[in-house]
Amino acid sequence: MGKTMAEKIFERKVGRPVRPGDIVVAPVDWAMGQDGTTPLAIQSFEEMNGKSVFRPERIVFVIDHNAPSPLESVSRLHDLMRSFAKRFGIRLFEVGEGVCHELMMSRGLVVPGDLVVGADSHTCTYGALGAFATGIGSTELAVVMMTGKLWFKVPETLCIRLLGELQRGVFAKDVILHIAALLGADGATYQAIEFHGPVVERFSVEERATLTNMAVEVGAKAGLVPPDEKTISWVRERTDRPFEVVLPDPDATYARVLEMDCTNLEPQVAFPHRVDTARSIREAEGIPIQEAFIGTCTNGRIPDLEVAARILRGRKVHPEVRLIVAPASRETFLFALEKGWVEDIVKAGGVFVPPGCGPCVGTHQGIPGDGWNVISTANRNFRGRMGNREASIYLASPATVAASALEGKITDPRKYLG
Amino acid sequence: MRLTGRIHKFGDDINTDYIISGKYKFKTLDMQELARHVMEDIDPEFARRVQPGDFIAAGRNFGCGSSREQAPRALLAAGVRGILAKSFARIFFRNAINCGLVVVECNTDEFDTGDEVTVDLGEGKVVNHTKGIELSVPPLPQVMIAILQEGGLVQYFKKYGSFEQV
Ligand code: SF4
Repeated sequence: MGKTMAEKIFERKVGRPVRPGDIVVAPVDWAMGQDGTTPLAIQSFEEMNGKSVFRPERIVFVIDHNAPSPLESVSRLHDLMRSFAKRFGIRLFEVGEGVCHELMMSRGLVVPGDLVVGADSHTCTYGALGAFATGIGSTELAVVMMTGKLWFKVPETLCIRLLGELQRGVFAKDVILHIAALLGADGATYQAIEFHGPVVERFSVEERATLTNMAVEVGAKAGLVPPDEKTISWVRERTDRPFEVVLPDPDATYARVLEMDCTNLEPQVAFPHRVDTARSIREAEGIPIQEAFIGTCTNGRIPDLEVAARILRGRKVHPEVRLIVAPASRETFLFALEKGWVEDIVKAGGVFVPPGCGPCVGTHQGIPGDGWNVISTANRNFRGRMGNREASIYLASPATVAASALEGKITDPRKYLG
Repeated sequence: MRLTGRIHKFGDDINTDYIISGKYKFKTLDMQELARHVMEDIDPEFARRVQPGDFIAAGRNFGCGSSREQAPRALLAAGVRGILAKSFARIFFRNAINCGLVVVECNTDEFDTGDEVTVDLGEGKVVNHTKGIELSVPPLPQVMIAILQEGGLVQYFKKYGSFEQV
Protein backbone atom coordinates (compact mmCIF):
# COMPACT_ATOMS: atom_id res chain seq x y z
CA MET A 1 0.00 0.00 0.00
CA GLY A 2 1.41 3.37 -1.02
CA LYS A 3 2.31 6.20 1.31
CA THR A 4 1.65 9.93 1.33
CA MET A 5 4.35 12.60 1.58
CA ALA A 6 3.65 13.15 5.27
CA GLU A 7 3.93 9.45 6.05
CA LYS A 8 7.15 9.11 4.06
CA ILE A 9 8.77 12.11 5.73
CA PHE A 10 7.97 10.72 9.18
CA GLU A 11 9.22 7.28 8.18
CA ARG A 12 12.52 8.75 7.13
CA LYS A 13 12.85 10.62 10.41
CA VAL A 14 12.08 7.69 12.68
CA GLY A 15 13.60 4.92 10.56
CA ARG A 16 10.59 2.59 10.57
CA PRO A 17 7.24 2.26 8.81
CA VAL A 18 4.47 4.47 10.16
CA ARG A 19 0.73 4.68 9.63
CA PRO A 20 -1.73 7.51 10.14
CA GLY A 21 -2.66 7.73 13.81
CA ASP A 22 0.73 6.47 15.05
CA ILE A 23 2.40 8.54 17.75
CA VAL A 24 6.09 9.04 16.97
CA VAL A 25 8.91 10.94 18.63
CA ALA A 26 10.89 12.46 15.77
CA PRO A 27 13.99 14.65 15.47
CA VAL A 28 13.26 17.96 13.77
CA ASP A 29 15.41 19.70 11.15
CA TRP A 30 14.43 23.24 12.17
CA ALA A 31 12.60 24.96 14.99
CA MET A 32 11.43 28.55 14.65
CA GLY A 33 10.01 31.06 17.08
CA GLN A 34 8.76 34.63 16.60
CA ASP A 35 8.43 37.53 19.01
CA GLY A 36 4.87 36.68 20.06
CA THR A 37 5.75 33.13 21.11
CA THR A 38 9.48 32.91 21.86
CA PRO A 39 9.51 34.93 25.13
CA LEU A 40 7.12 32.37 26.63
CA ALA A 41 9.28 29.55 25.26
CA ILE A 42 12.31 31.08 26.98
CA GLN A 43 10.34 31.30 30.22
CA SER A 44 9.38 27.60 29.94
CA PHE A 45 13.01 26.72 29.11
CA GLU A 46 14.11 28.41 32.35
CA GLU A 47 11.32 26.73 34.32
CA MET A 48 12.51 23.34 33.06
CA ASN A 49 16.04 24.28 34.16
CA GLY A 50 17.29 24.17 30.58
CA LYS A 51 21.07 24.38 30.51
CA SER A 52 21.91 23.87 26.87
CA VAL A 53 20.35 24.06 23.44
CA PHE A 54 20.41 21.07 21.14
CA ARG A 55 21.80 22.06 17.70
CA PRO A 56 21.47 25.86 18.14
CA GLU A 57 22.39 26.24 14.46
CA ARG A 58 19.00 24.71 13.60
CA ILE A 59 16.99 27.10 15.73
CA VAL A 60 15.79 30.42 14.36
CA PHE A 61 14.26 33.40 16.16
CA VAL A 62 12.56 36.17 14.22
CA ILE A 63 11.44 39.59 15.46
CA ASP A 64 8.68 40.36 13.00
CA HIS A 65 5.25 40.55 14.64
CA ASN A 66 5.69 43.69 16.66
CA ALA A 67 8.69 45.28 15.01
CA PRO A 68 10.01 47.91 15.36
CA SER A 69 8.83 47.81 18.96
CA PRO A 70 5.92 50.16 19.72
CA LEU A 71 6.24 49.87 23.52
CA GLU A 72 8.87 49.54 26.21
CA SER A 73 7.36 46.24 27.42
CA VAL A 74 7.73 44.83 23.92
CA SER A 75 11.32 46.07 23.71
CA ARG A 76 12.06 44.13 26.89
CA LEU A 77 10.64 40.93 25.39
CA HIS A 78 12.69 41.49 22.23
CA ASP A 79 15.80 41.95 24.37
CA LEU A 80 15.01 38.72 26.19
CA MET A 81 15.08 36.96 22.81
CA ARG A 82 18.31 38.70 21.82
CA SER A 83 20.18 37.79 24.98
CA PHE A 84 18.97 34.17 24.89
CA ALA A 85 19.99 33.88 21.24
CA LYS A 86 23.40 35.32 21.97
CA ARG A 87 23.96 33.08 24.98
CA PHE A 88 23.29 29.90 22.99
CA GLY A 89 24.45 30.90 19.52
CA ILE A 90 20.98 30.91 17.96
CA ARG A 91 20.39 32.78 14.71
CA LEU A 92 18.10 35.77 15.18
CA PHE A 93 16.55 37.79 12.39
CA GLU A 94 16.24 41.36 13.52
CA VAL A 95 13.58 44.01 13.11
CA GLY A 96 12.96 44.71 9.43
CA GLU A 97 14.38 41.51 7.96
CA GLY A 98 10.96 40.14 7.18
CA VAL A 99 8.16 37.76 8.13
CA CYS A 100 9.45 34.59 9.82
CA HIS A 101 7.90 32.19 7.29
CA GLU A 102 9.31 34.03 4.31
CA LEU A 103 12.80 34.05 5.85
CA MET A 104 12.73 30.32 6.63
CA MET A 105 12.17 29.67 2.93
CA SER A 106 13.88 32.46 1.04
CA ARG A 107 17.09 32.41 3.10
CA GLY A 108 17.66 28.82 2.04
CA LEU A 109 17.03 27.25 5.45
CA VAL A 110 14.21 24.77 4.82
CA VAL A 111 14.77 22.19 2.05
CA PRO A 112 12.47 19.51 0.61
CA GLY A 113 11.93 16.55 2.94
CA ASP A 114 12.67 18.52 6.14
CA LEU A 115 10.59 18.13 9.28
CA VAL A 116 10.07 21.61 10.71
CA VAL A 117 8.24 22.95 13.75
CA GLY A 118 7.56 26.58 14.48
CA ALA A 119 5.85 28.41 17.30
CA ASP A 120 3.48 30.03 14.82
CA SER A 121 0.47 28.43 13.19
CA HIS A 122 1.48 29.42 9.65
CA THR A 123 4.65 27.31 9.83
CA CYS A 124 2.71 25.06 7.44
CA THR A 125 3.79 27.47 4.66
CA TYR A 126 7.10 25.61 4.08
CA GLY A 127 5.16 22.67 2.69
CA ALA A 128 5.39 24.65 -0.57
CA LEU A 129 8.94 23.26 -0.73
CA GLY A 130 7.85 19.69 0.03
CA ALA A 131 8.79 19.85 3.72
CA PHE A 132 6.51 18.71 6.54
CA ALA A 133 6.13 21.85 8.63
CA THR A 134 3.68 22.48 11.43
CA GLY A 135 2.84 24.93 14.20
CA ILE A 136 3.52 24.19 17.87
CA GLY A 137 3.19 25.99 21.19
CA SER A 138 5.80 27.87 23.17
CA THR A 139 6.52 25.19 25.79
CA GLU A 140 6.89 22.65 23.00
CA LEU A 141 9.41 24.96 21.36
CA ALA A 142 11.30 25.01 24.67
CA VAL A 143 11.37 21.19 24.73
CA VAL A 144 12.57 21.08 21.13
CA MET A 145 15.32 23.57 21.96
CA MET A 146 16.46 21.27 24.78
CA THR A 147 16.20 17.91 23.01
CA GLY A 148 15.86 18.45 19.26
CA LYS A 149 12.77 16.25 19.23
CA LEU A 150 9.00 16.36 19.59
CA TRP A 151 6.11 13.89 19.60
CA PHE A 152 3.77 13.86 16.63
CA LYS A 153 0.64 12.05 15.59
CA VAL A 154 1.14 10.94 12.00
CA PRO A 155 -1.75 12.57 10.13
CA GLU A 156 -4.03 11.23 7.45
CA THR A 157 -3.81 13.14 4.18
CA LEU A 158 -6.41 14.97 2.15
CA CYS A 159 -5.46 15.14 -1.53
CA ILE A 160 -6.64 18.21 -3.45
CA ARG A 161 -6.27 18.17 -7.25
CA LEU A 162 -6.51 21.56 -8.88
CA LEU A 163 -7.51 21.07 -12.50
CA GLY A 164 -8.03 23.35 -15.48
CA GLU A 165 -6.51 26.77 -15.98
CA LEU A 166 -6.89 30.00 -14.01
CA GLN A 167 -8.37 32.98 -15.84
CA ARG A 168 -6.62 36.33 -15.96
CA GLY A 169 -7.09 38.19 -12.67
CA VAL A 170 -7.51 34.97 -10.66
CA PHE A 171 -4.65 33.96 -8.37
CA ALA A 172 -3.46 31.35 -5.87
CA LYS A 173 -5.17 33.39 -3.13
CA ASP A 174 -8.52 33.08 -4.86
CA VAL A 175 -8.02 29.33 -5.16
CA ILE A 176 -7.24 28.84 -1.47
CA LEU A 177 -10.04 31.15 -0.31
CA HIS A 178 -12.42 29.09 -2.42
CA ILE A 179 -11.04 25.84 -0.97
CA ALA A 180 -11.47 27.21 2.56
CA ALA A 181 -15.10 28.02 1.81
CA LEU A 182 -15.65 24.52 0.40
CA LEU A 183 -14.02 22.70 3.31
CA GLY A 184 -14.96 24.99 6.20
CA ALA A 185 -12.75 26.20 9.02
CA ASP A 186 -12.39 22.68 10.41
CA GLY A 187 -12.65 20.74 7.14
CA ALA A 188 -9.17 19.21 7.40
CA THR A 189 -8.58 19.16 11.16
CA TYR A 190 -5.77 16.77 12.20
CA GLN A 191 -5.01 16.09 8.51
CA ALA A 192 -2.23 17.01 6.13
CA ILE A 193 -3.20 18.38 2.72
CA GLU A 194 -1.33 17.51 -0.48
CA PHE A 195 -1.89 19.92 -3.37
CA HIS A 196 -1.67 18.33 -6.83
CA GLY A 197 -2.68 19.01 -10.40
CA PRO A 198 -1.78 21.22 -13.36
CA VAL A 199 -2.74 24.48 -11.64
CA VAL A 200 -0.27 23.80 -8.82
CA GLU A 201 2.40 22.65 -11.25
CA ARG A 202 2.17 25.96 -13.12
CA PHE A 203 2.38 27.99 -9.90
CA SER A 204 5.70 29.50 -8.85
CA VAL A 205 7.09 28.52 -5.44
CA GLU A 206 5.75 31.83 -4.09
CA GLU A 207 2.24 31.10 -5.34
CA ARG A 208 2.41 27.60 -3.88
CA ALA A 209 3.33 29.20 -0.56
CA THR A 210 0.08 31.18 -0.66
CA LEU A 211 -1.78 27.85 -0.85
CA THR A 212 0.15 25.99 1.84
CA ASN A 213 0.14 29.05 4.13
CA MET A 214 -3.62 28.83 4.50
CA ALA A 215 -3.79 25.06 5.10
CA VAL A 216 -4.17 25.84 8.81
CA GLU A 217 -7.26 27.93 8.08
CA VAL A 218 -9.12 24.69 7.39
CA GLY A 219 -7.57 23.10 10.46
CA ALA A 220 -4.83 21.16 8.66
CA LYS A 221 -1.61 20.25 10.39
CA ALA A 222 0.44 20.77 7.22
CA GLY A 223 0.02 21.62 3.55
CA LEU A 224 2.41 20.06 1.07
CA VAL A 225 3.24 20.43 -2.61
CA PRO A 226 5.29 17.61 -4.22
CA PRO A 227 8.64 19.12 -5.22
CA ASP A 228 9.43 19.39 -8.93
CA GLU A 229 12.20 20.93 -11.03
CA LYS A 230 10.95 24.40 -10.12
CA THR A 231 11.23 23.64 -6.41
CA ILE A 232 14.67 22.14 -6.77
CA SER A 233 16.16 25.04 -8.70
CA TRP A 234 14.50 27.56 -6.32
CA VAL A 235 16.13 25.85 -3.34
CA ARG A 236 19.45 25.33 -5.13
CA GLU A 237 19.72 29.08 -5.78
CA ARG A 238 19.61 29.57 -2.02
CA THR A 239 21.55 26.77 -0.36
CA ASP A 240 24.12 24.03 -0.91
CA ARG A 241 22.64 21.88 1.82
CA PRO A 242 22.06 18.39 0.41
CA PHE A 243 18.49 17.10 0.35
CA GLU A 244 16.46 14.21 -0.91
CA VAL A 245 13.08 14.98 -2.40
CA VAL A 246 10.15 13.05 -0.90
CA LEU A 247 7.27 12.36 -3.29
CA PRO A 248 4.02 10.58 -2.54
CA ASP A 249 3.67 7.04 -3.87
CA PRO A 250 1.44 6.88 -6.95
CA ASP A 251 -0.87 4.53 -5.04
CA ALA A 252 -0.81 6.51 -1.77
CA THR A 253 -3.86 6.08 0.46
CA TYR A 254 -5.69 9.33 1.05
CA ALA A 255 -8.43 10.00 3.56
CA ARG A 256 -10.21 11.85 0.80
CA VAL A 257 -9.51 13.10 -2.73
CA LEU A 258 -11.03 16.40 -3.78
CA GLU A 259 -10.94 17.49 -7.42
CA MET A 260 -11.60 21.07 -8.29
CA ASP A 261 -11.77 22.59 -11.75
CA CYS A 262 -10.38 26.12 -11.46
CA THR A 263 -11.22 27.24 -14.99
CA ASN A 264 -14.37 29.13 -14.11
CA LEU A 265 -13.17 30.42 -10.76
CA GLU A 266 -13.63 34.16 -10.33
CA PRO A 267 -11.76 36.45 -7.94
CA GLN A 268 -12.86 35.60 -4.38
CA VAL A 269 -13.56 37.68 -1.30
CA ALA A 270 -13.90 36.25 2.24
CA PHE A 271 -16.38 38.18 4.37
CA PRO A 272 -16.10 39.24 8.00
CA HIS A 273 -15.46 37.64 10.45
CA ARG A 274 -14.62 34.20 9.07
CA VAL A 275 -12.04 32.89 6.63
CA ASP A 276 -14.34 30.21 5.19
CA THR A 277 -16.90 32.63 3.75
CA ALA A 278 -15.44 33.37 0.31
CA ARG A 279 -17.85 34.38 -2.41
CA SER A 280 -17.35 35.56 -5.96
CA ILE A 281 -16.20 39.16 -6.35
CA ARG A 282 -19.59 39.97 -7.91
CA GLU A 283 -21.23 39.59 -4.53
CA ALA A 284 -18.74 41.90 -2.84
CA GLU A 285 -18.30 44.65 -5.44
CA GLY A 286 -19.23 48.08 -4.23
CA ILE A 287 -18.71 47.53 -0.49
CA PRO A 288 -16.97 50.73 0.69
CA ILE A 289 -13.51 50.34 2.30
CA GLN A 290 -11.42 52.64 4.45
CA GLU A 291 -8.20 50.63 4.66
CA ALA A 292 -6.38 48.30 2.27
CA PHE A 293 -3.45 46.12 3.32
CA ILE A 294 -1.01 44.27 1.06
CA GLY A 295 1.54 42.02 2.75
CA THR A 296 1.88 39.10 5.24
CA CYS A 297 3.19 35.56 5.00
CA THR A 298 0.30 34.83 2.63
CA ASN A 299 0.76 37.60 0.04
CA GLY A 300 3.71 39.91 0.68
CA ARG A 301 6.06 38.37 -1.88
CA ILE A 302 7.48 39.46 -5.22
CA PRO A 303 4.56 38.38 -7.45
CA ASP A 304 2.16 40.08 -5.03
CA LEU A 305 3.95 43.44 -5.08
CA GLU A 306 4.40 43.14 -8.82
CA VAL A 307 0.69 42.85 -9.54
CA ALA A 308 -0.17 45.56 -7.01
CA ALA A 309 2.31 47.94 -8.65
CA ARG A 310 0.97 47.09 -12.09
CA ILE A 311 -2.54 48.08 -11.02
CA LEU A 312 -1.52 51.19 -9.06
CA ARG A 313 1.02 52.56 -11.57
CA GLY A 314 0.06 56.02 -12.77
CA ARG A 315 -3.17 56.02 -10.74
CA LYS A 316 -4.25 57.40 -7.37
CA VAL A 317 -5.51 55.60 -4.28
CA HIS A 318 -9.01 56.79 -3.33
CA PRO A 319 -8.76 59.77 -0.94
CA GLU A 320 -10.71 57.98 1.79
CA VAL A 321 -8.54 54.84 1.77
CA ARG A 322 -5.35 54.18 3.72
CA LEU A 323 -3.28 51.73 1.61
CA ILE A 324 -0.58 50.02 3.69
CA VAL A 325 2.07 47.76 2.18
CA ALA A 326 4.45 45.49 4.12
CA PRO A 327 6.95 43.55 1.97
CA ALA A 328 7.51 40.00 3.20
CA SER A 329 11.27 40.52 3.49
CA ARG A 330 14.07 43.01 3.03
CA GLU A 331 15.06 41.22 -0.20
CA THR A 332 11.52 41.54 -1.51
CA PHE A 333 11.57 45.24 -0.61
CA LEU A 334 14.91 45.78 -2.36
CA PHE A 335 13.75 43.88 -5.43
CA ALA A 336 10.57 45.96 -5.56
CA LEU A 337 12.66 49.13 -5.22
CA GLU A 338 14.93 48.11 -8.05
CA LYS A 339 11.97 47.31 -10.29
CA GLY A 340 10.35 50.67 -9.58
CA TRP A 341 7.30 49.06 -7.92
CA VAL A 342 7.87 50.90 -4.66
CA GLU A 343 7.83 54.19 -6.53
CA ASP A 344 4.64 53.17 -8.35
CA ILE A 345 2.90 52.31 -5.11
CA VAL A 346 4.12 55.32 -3.13
CA LYS A 347 3.29 57.76 -5.92
CA ALA A 348 -0.20 56.28 -6.04
CA GLY A 349 -0.56 57.10 -2.35
CA GLY A 350 0.43 53.81 -0.68
CA VAL A 351 2.34 53.75 2.63
CA PHE A 352 5.19 51.30 3.15
CA VAL A 353 5.80 49.85 6.61
CA PRO A 354 8.92 47.80 7.36
CA PRO A 355 9.22 44.22 6.10
CA GLY A 356 7.45 42.07 8.69
CA CYS A 357 3.88 41.33 9.75
CA GLY A 358 2.70 44.93 9.50
CA PRO A 359 -0.85 45.47 10.80
CA CYS A 360 -1.85 41.78 10.29
CA VAL A 361 -2.21 40.90 13.96
CA GLY A 362 -3.36 44.16 15.48
CA THR A 363 -0.21 45.13 17.30
CA HIS A 364 0.73 48.30 15.44
CA GLN A 365 1.12 50.12 12.12
CA GLY A 366 -2.42 50.41 10.83
CA ILE A 367 -5.08 49.57 13.42
CA PRO A 368 -8.43 50.33 11.76
CA GLY A 369 -11.00 52.73 13.19
CA ASP A 370 -14.52 51.97 14.44
CA GLY A 371 -16.87 50.87 11.70
CA TRP A 372 -14.10 50.66 9.10
CA ASN A 373 -14.01 48.03 6.40
CA VAL A 374 -10.55 46.73 5.63
CA ILE A 375 -9.64 44.71 2.56
CA SER A 376 -6.51 42.69 3.19
CA THR A 377 -4.27 40.06 1.61
CA ALA A 378 -3.80 38.35 4.99
CA ASN A 379 -5.04 34.91 5.97
CA ARG A 380 -7.34 35.79 8.90
CA ASN A 381 -10.24 38.18 9.31
CA PHE A 382 -11.48 37.36 12.81
CA ARG A 383 -13.22 40.15 14.68
CA GLY A 384 -10.56 42.23 16.41
CA ARG A 385 -7.73 40.55 14.48
CA MET A 386 -6.28 43.89 13.37
CA GLY A 387 -6.70 45.43 16.81
CA ASN A 388 -10.23 46.85 16.73
CA ARG A 389 -13.32 44.71 17.27
CA GLU A 390 -15.45 47.43 15.69
CA ALA A 391 -13.77 46.98 12.30
CA SER A 392 -14.59 44.41 9.58
CA ILE A 393 -11.96 42.62 7.51
CA TYR A 394 -12.42 41.25 3.98
CA LEU A 395 -9.75 38.94 2.52
CA ALA A 396 -8.72 38.89 -1.13
CA SER A 397 -5.80 38.66 -3.56
CA PRO A 398 -3.27 41.50 -3.89
CA ALA A 399 -4.81 42.43 -7.24
CA THR A 400 -8.28 42.76 -5.73
CA VAL A 401 -6.91 44.76 -2.79
CA ALA A 402 -5.01 47.14 -5.09
CA ALA A 403 -8.01 47.67 -7.37
CA SER A 404 -10.26 48.25 -4.35
CA ALA A 405 -7.81 50.79 -2.91
CA LEU A 406 -8.11 52.81 -6.12
CA GLU A 407 -11.89 52.90 -6.09
CA GLY A 408 -12.58 53.11 -2.36
CA LYS A 409 -14.83 50.10 -2.65
CA ILE A 410 -14.37 46.41 -3.30
CA THR A 411 -13.53 46.15 -6.99
CA ASP A 412 -13.03 43.39 -9.53
CA PRO A 413 -9.31 43.63 -10.47
CA ARG A 414 -9.84 42.27 -13.97
CA LYS A 415 -10.70 45.67 -15.38
CA TYR A 416 -7.21 46.88 -14.42
CA LEU A 417 -5.43 43.86 -15.83
CA GLY A 418 -6.02 44.35 -19.55
CA MET B 1 -8.82 13.40 37.82
CA ARG B 2 -12.35 14.51 38.78
CA LEU B 3 -13.48 18.12 38.45
CA THR B 4 -16.79 19.86 38.96
CA GLY B 5 -17.75 23.34 37.82
CA ARG B 6 -20.22 25.57 36.04
CA ILE B 7 -20.56 26.01 32.29
CA HIS B 8 -20.14 29.10 30.15
CA LYS B 9 -21.51 28.35 26.69
CA PHE B 10 -19.89 29.49 23.43
CA GLY B 11 -20.49 28.61 19.77
CA ASP B 12 -18.39 27.11 16.96
CA ASP B 13 -14.93 28.17 15.77
CA ILE B 14 -13.84 30.14 18.83
CA ASN B 15 -10.37 31.18 17.65
CA THR B 16 -7.34 32.03 19.74
CA ASP B 17 -7.54 35.69 18.71
CA TYR B 18 -10.90 35.76 20.51
CA ILE B 19 -9.52 33.92 23.53
CA ILE B 20 -6.73 36.46 23.89
CA SER B 21 -6.30 39.23 21.35
CA GLY B 22 -2.94 39.81 19.66
CA LYS B 23 -2.96 43.40 20.79
CA TYR B 24 -2.50 42.22 24.40
CA LYS B 25 -0.55 39.01 24.11
CA PHE B 26 2.45 40.52 22.39
CA LYS B 27 3.03 42.95 25.23
CA THR B 28 3.55 40.84 28.31
CA LEU B 29 4.21 37.44 29.85
CA ASP B 30 2.00 38.35 32.82
CA MET B 31 -0.90 35.90 32.54
CA GLN B 32 -2.91 37.68 35.25
CA GLU B 33 -2.84 40.77 33.07
CA LEU B 34 -3.90 38.74 30.01
CA ALA B 35 -6.62 37.02 32.07
CA ARG B 36 -8.43 40.36 32.36
CA HIS B 37 -8.94 40.35 28.58
CA VAL B 38 -9.93 36.72 27.82
CA MET B 39 -12.77 36.42 25.31
CA GLU B 40 -12.98 40.20 25.17
CA ASP B 41 -13.73 40.50 21.46
CA ILE B 42 -16.75 38.17 21.58
CA ASP B 43 -17.92 38.53 25.19
CA PRO B 44 -16.52 41.64 26.86
CA GLU B 45 -18.06 40.72 30.25
CA PHE B 46 -16.66 37.18 30.39
CA ALA B 47 -13.49 38.02 32.33
CA ARG B 48 -15.58 39.60 35.07
CA ARG B 49 -18.16 36.80 35.24
CA VAL B 50 -15.90 33.77 35.25
CA GLN B 51 -15.33 32.04 38.61
CA PRO B 52 -12.41 29.79 39.57
CA GLY B 53 -13.15 26.20 38.56
CA ASP B 54 -15.60 27.08 35.77
CA PHE B 55 -15.78 25.27 32.44
CA ILE B 56 -16.34 26.47 28.92
CA ALA B 57 -18.62 24.40 26.70
CA ALA B 58 -18.30 25.18 23.00
CA GLY B 59 -19.17 23.83 19.58
CA ARG B 60 -16.82 22.70 16.85
CA ASN B 61 -13.20 23.67 16.24
CA PHE B 62 -12.48 25.38 19.56
CA GLY B 63 -9.11 27.17 19.60
CA CYS B 64 -8.63 27.49 15.84
CA GLY B 65 -6.20 30.02 14.41
CA SER B 66 -2.97 31.20 15.92
CA SER B 67 -0.61 28.89 17.85
CA ARG B 68 -0.42 31.24 20.85
CA GLU B 69 0.04 29.26 24.06
CA GLN B 70 -1.09 32.41 25.83
CA ALA B 71 -4.65 31.32 24.93
CA PRO B 72 -4.90 28.29 27.26
CA ARG B 73 -2.64 29.97 29.81
CA ALA B 74 -4.79 33.10 30.02
CA LEU B 75 -7.94 30.97 30.34
CA LEU B 76 -6.33 29.08 33.24
CA ALA B 77 -5.22 32.34 34.84
CA ALA B 78 -8.80 33.62 34.54
CA GLY B 79 -9.95 30.59 36.53
CA VAL B 80 -11.22 28.35 33.72
CA ARG B 81 -10.47 24.74 34.63
CA GLY B 82 -11.39 23.02 31.42
CA ILE B 83 -12.99 23.15 27.99
CA LEU B 84 -15.66 20.81 26.67
CA ALA B 85 -16.11 21.09 22.91
CA LYS B 86 -17.45 19.07 20.02
CA SER B 87 -13.99 19.30 18.44
CA PHE B 88 -10.75 21.20 18.92
CA ALA B 89 -8.14 22.72 16.65
CA ARG B 90 -5.02 20.65 17.04
CA ILE B 91 -2.44 23.21 18.18
CA PHE B 92 -4.78 24.52 20.87
CA PHE B 93 -5.54 20.99 22.02
CA ARG B 94 -1.84 20.25 22.50
CA ASN B 95 -1.13 23.61 24.11
CA ALA B 96 -3.99 23.18 26.55
CA ILE B 97 -2.71 19.82 27.75
CA ASN B 98 0.82 21.17 27.89
CA CYS B 99 -0.41 23.90 30.26
CA GLY B 100 -2.55 21.57 32.35
CA LEU B 101 -5.88 22.89 31.04
CA VAL B 102 -8.37 20.01 30.76
CA VAL B 103 -9.81 19.55 27.26
CA VAL B 104 -12.58 17.08 26.56
CA GLU B 105 -14.18 16.24 23.24
CA CYS B 106 -17.90 15.58 23.67
CA ASN B 107 -21.31 16.59 22.37
CA THR B 108 -22.15 19.89 24.03
CA ASP B 109 -25.39 20.61 22.13
CA GLU B 110 -27.56 20.31 25.22
CA PHE B 111 -25.19 22.20 27.52
CA ASP B 112 -26.09 25.74 28.58
CA THR B 113 -24.53 28.51 30.60
CA GLY B 114 -24.96 27.82 34.30
CA ASP B 115 -25.15 24.01 34.03
CA GLU B 116 -23.12 22.12 36.61
CA VAL B 117 -20.83 19.47 35.17
CA THR B 118 -18.38 16.89 36.46
CA VAL B 119 -15.51 15.73 34.30
CA ASP B 120 -13.92 12.44 35.27
CA LEU B 121 -10.85 11.84 33.14
CA GLY B 122 -9.97 8.55 34.82
CA GLU B 123 -13.32 7.01 33.96
CA GLY B 124 -13.60 8.93 30.69
CA LYS B 125 -16.95 10.52 31.33
CA VAL B 126 -18.70 13.86 31.56
CA VAL B 127 -21.84 14.32 33.68
CA ASN B 128 -24.12 17.31 33.28
CA HIS B 129 -25.98 17.32 36.61
CA THR B 130 -28.35 20.10 35.64
CA LYS B 131 -29.55 18.29 32.52
CA GLY B 132 -29.10 14.74 33.78
CA ILE B 133 -26.82 13.82 30.87
CA GLU B 134 -23.91 11.40 31.06
CA LEU B 135 -21.45 11.14 28.17
CA SER B 136 -18.44 8.93 27.66
CA VAL B 137 -15.41 10.61 26.10
CA PRO B 138 -12.68 9.19 23.85
CA PRO B 139 -9.40 8.39 25.61
CA LEU B 140 -6.37 10.63 25.05
CA PRO B 141 -3.07 9.34 23.65
CA GLN B 142 -0.84 7.94 26.42
CA VAL B 143 1.67 10.78 26.12
CA MET B 144 -1.06 13.38 26.71
CA ILE B 145 -2.41 11.56 29.75
CA ALA B 146 1.09 11.46 31.21
CA ILE B 147 1.59 15.21 30.58
CA LEU B 148 -1.79 16.07 32.08
CA GLN B 149 -1.12 13.88 35.11
CA GLU B 150 2.02 15.83 35.87
CA GLY B 151 0.12 19.12 35.55
CA GLY B 152 1.65 20.18 32.24
CA LEU B 153 4.64 19.78 29.95
CA VAL B 154 7.05 21.78 32.13
CA GLN B 155 6.49 19.53 35.15
CA TYR B 156 6.40 16.41 32.96
CA PHE B 157 9.70 17.29 31.40
CA LYS B 158 11.35 18.13 34.67
CA LYS B 159 10.45 14.65 35.85
CA TYR B 160 11.09 12.54 32.74
CA GLY B 161 13.45 14.59 30.58
CA SER B 162 12.17 13.09 27.32
CA PHE B 163 9.05 11.78 25.55
CA GLU B 164 10.55 8.33 25.05
CA GLN B 165 9.61 7.35 28.63
CA VAL B 166 5.97 7.02 27.72
S1 SF4 C 1 2.06 37.99 8.63
FE1 SF4 C 1 0.26 37.73 9.94
S2 SF4 C 1 -0.30 35.58 9.76
FE2 SF4 C 1 1.78 35.79 8.94
S3 SF4 C 1 3.15 35.32 10.65
FE3 SF4 C 1 2.82 37.54 10.67
S4 SF4 C 1 1.07 37.89 12.03
FE4 SF4 C 1 1.08 35.71 11.50
